[in-house]
Amino acid sequence: MPSYVITEKCDGCKGQERTCMYICPNDLMKLDRDRMKAWNQEPDQCWECYNCVKICPQQAIEIRGYQDFNPLGGNVIPLRGTDAIMWTVKFRNGTLKRFKFPIRTTAEGSVDPYAGKPEADLSKIKEPGHFTQQGAGVTLPTIK
Amino acid sequence: MEKETCTFSYCEKPEVVEVETDLLVIGGGMSACGAVYEAARWATPQGIRITMIDKAATDRSGAVAMGLSAINTYMGENDPADYVRYVRGDLMGIIREDLVYDLGRHVDDSVHLFEEWGLPIWKKGDDGFSLDGFQAKDAGKAMLKDGGTPVRSGRWQIMINGESYKVIVAEAAKKALEINRQATGMEENHFERVFIVKLFKDANVENRVAAAAGFSVRENKIYLFKAKAICLGAGGAVNVFKPRSSEEGKGRAWYPVWNAGSGYALGMQVGAELTMMENRFVPARFKDGYGPVGAWFLFFKAKATNSLGEDYCANEEALAEAKAKYGTYVDKMGTAIRNHLMMRDMKLGKGPIIMRTHEAMQAINKEFVEKLGEKEAKKKIKHLEAEAWEDFLDMCIGQAGLWACENVEPDKTPSEIMPTEPYLLGSHAGCAGFWVSGPDDLGAPAEWNWGYNRMSTVNGLFMMGDICGASGHKFSSGSHAEGRIAAKNATAFILDNKDFVPTLKQNVDEIASDLYLPYEVFEKYKNATTDPAMNPNYIKPKMLQARLQKIADEYFGGCSTWYMTSKAMLEEGLRKLQVLKEDAAKMAAADLHELMRCWENYHRILSVEAHARHILFREESRYPGYYYRGDHDLIDDENWKCFVNSRYDVDTGEWEVKKVPYVQLVD
Repeated sequence: MPSYVITEKCDGCKGQERTCMYICPNDLMKLDRDRMKAWNQEPDQCWECYNCVKICPQQAIEIRGYQDFNPLGGNVIPLRGTDAIMWTVKFRNGTLKRFKFPIRTTAEGSVDPYAGKPEADLSKIKEPGHFTQQGAGVTLPTIK
Repeated sequence: MEKETCTFSYCEKPEVVEVETDLLVIGGGMSACGAVYEAARWATPQGIRITMIDKAATDRSGAVAMGLSAINTYMGENDPADYVRYVRGDLMGIIREDLVYDLGRHVDDSVHLFEEWGLPIWKKGDDGFSLDGFQAKDAGKAMLKDGGTPVRSGRWQIMINGESYKVIVAEAAKKALEINRQATGMEENHFERVFIVKLFKDANVENRVAAAAGFSVRENKIYLFKAKAICLGAGGAVNVFKPRSSEEGKGRAWYPVWNAGSGYALGMQVGAELTMMENRFVPARFKDGYGPVGAWFLFFKAKATNSLGEDYCANEEALAEAKAKYGTYVDKMGTAIRNHLMMRDMKLGKGPIIMRTHEAMQAINKEFVEKLGEKEAKKKIKHLEAEAWEDFLDMCIGQAGLWACENVEPDKTPSEIMPTEPYLLGSHAGCAGFWVSGPDDLGAPAEWNWGYNRMSTVNGLFMMGDICGASGHKFSSGSHAEGRIAAKNATAFILDNKDFVPTLKQNVDEIASDLYLPYEVFEKYKNATTDPAMNPNYIKPKMLQARLQKIADEYFGGCSTWYMTSKAMLEEGLRKLQVLKEDAAKMAAADLHELMRCWENYHRILSVEAHARHILFREESRYPGYYYRGDHDLIDDENWKCFVNSRYDVDTGEWEVKKVPYVQLVD
């Protein structure tokens, strides 16, 4: 389902970073600097990952189903917060479903990668086991 | 035809940035994030510099960019030997058991880290029902590392709330990189939107990797990274066969559409030995949307049948027929065999194949009402319905969209499933990749270990994730763990070879000319016609990809021949592929985005060629349901229970393909 950008809502992020253009894993979103509007330059390479939709601060991006197999009329809209995501699924026949799911149990940016972790012991670099396993004294099993 | 060259007579010469580092990590997905996390701990105190290069933005790059609803490899209470048995069964008997066992004994530690970093993992509630990541935390359920009980959807799978899985894993990786950068004084060691397209061997030390070159997809800049070791995690190959979808839907590949075979092509360019490139994966998924079926089969216990309501995996005639050709492998009922049986019914006109979601939900409903009474059951069912939708919304949102557009409510309406187009990969249920050195303590043959775990046959070049071969079923967690194993060993390799100074034969100007050739070609000819899209002097990457997909589809066993091929078909296809390879030197790019597409498609061509040459060499049908050799439609263990390995010579275009004995390590 390729993404599309709603003209009225897109403000081109005023040229800032952390935009649809920054996040798209397939380099599809482009900013037209004259109009200050973003657009999807290659809709048939869109994986419908919704990362542009989720990151857009203006909620200017939505997804319209690939028309080679999707009938018109349904849509799926996320609202991603800091710890949970809300989804609204609208059916072609008007049925609405809403879901809320956790996305993380810690604050964004709070990961302290080596807090409480052992140092790596260079004398064991050629033995099996990650530094965390080795440091915790875990003996890795072998094939019996 | 005249050969095109780039002398920057037409296109602007890019700035060339040379970066010296020690450990270079190519890719930004799960394995690359694992690699920098582990390496930074070992390497930083030694002053070893780590640099990571990602084609996209690391928060959302790689196969987990959208998210996942399950972690498919978590040992927990299981013995890694059983994991080996399971992987061996699913991959039709031929895997590197040393690599798979090794992964099994390392993987849980990565999952424990993910949970510590903030990934919500479902836990089993006191009433036996599942609690999501928040409910589990509120209920004071223990973390996995402290003995918490996950919700298993299968023996190896655990359920998660994984919308932000990659964001969380990337956060730890980026911080690890920053710790290393500060300690070693590098200016920059995390490059996003830089696409590596070539690896280079050292000019002085034989068979040793020395550098990688690529370009920014944002500005006119070429990068040359010199390194003492490289960990390669650039993914498998998607959209190499003509997809079932035609227009916009081509983007709805089952595996990430941006995995362009770069992992394979980069290793092949320096002559690293490949293994099991004949393997492919053809998943059976919900039709068109390619939404996951695992949770429906394993967690909700839904049944798939043909349109007559018959279980196609229990048809005695079909089973007898399959056993006559494929022997006892049929009894294991692995993914390939189930595909085979499904396709048999489709070819007999007994399709569409239906996943009976409605009956599964009704059965669960009945069970809940009996167990809990109407009122409580209603609450649980609502939770269960959300869980079913979350499966899609976490990892294949388009499938949720398709259900919405088709008014499909899974508790009321069943859904069609379908085998997809083929994919080349080594971390999911496939095992196409490179031949690597394994661990030395698992009883493997001595020639399977040459000093550094996960090092390829090219010194200093380590393989991880999708491109580390003959060891499938790693999935997201296993790829992270494998990245850690590879990077730790790469660090050991660097420490053992401290005096090495990477040196190139090529000068940077030559490399820049090579990388920017499609730009030069476009600028040279673009005004020759009134529409630059229609021009006889060059081929645009989109059309080159279309031709590649057509060749692969029609000759190498794609959807249009029901995955059937033969020696004659393969040889004819390879002949056409050779011509396509020549034409690839006339690809034209109008901008940096297209330049990326040109190189991606070049990588796709090499990946497909390896695939076809391996299928041609292996004179049997090892993976019925994924592909068939019509001229050898049987599994022939006597002659072919072995690895097929190959080596590509990038200078001559020649291939060496050979058998390598399979050795069973786990009974």
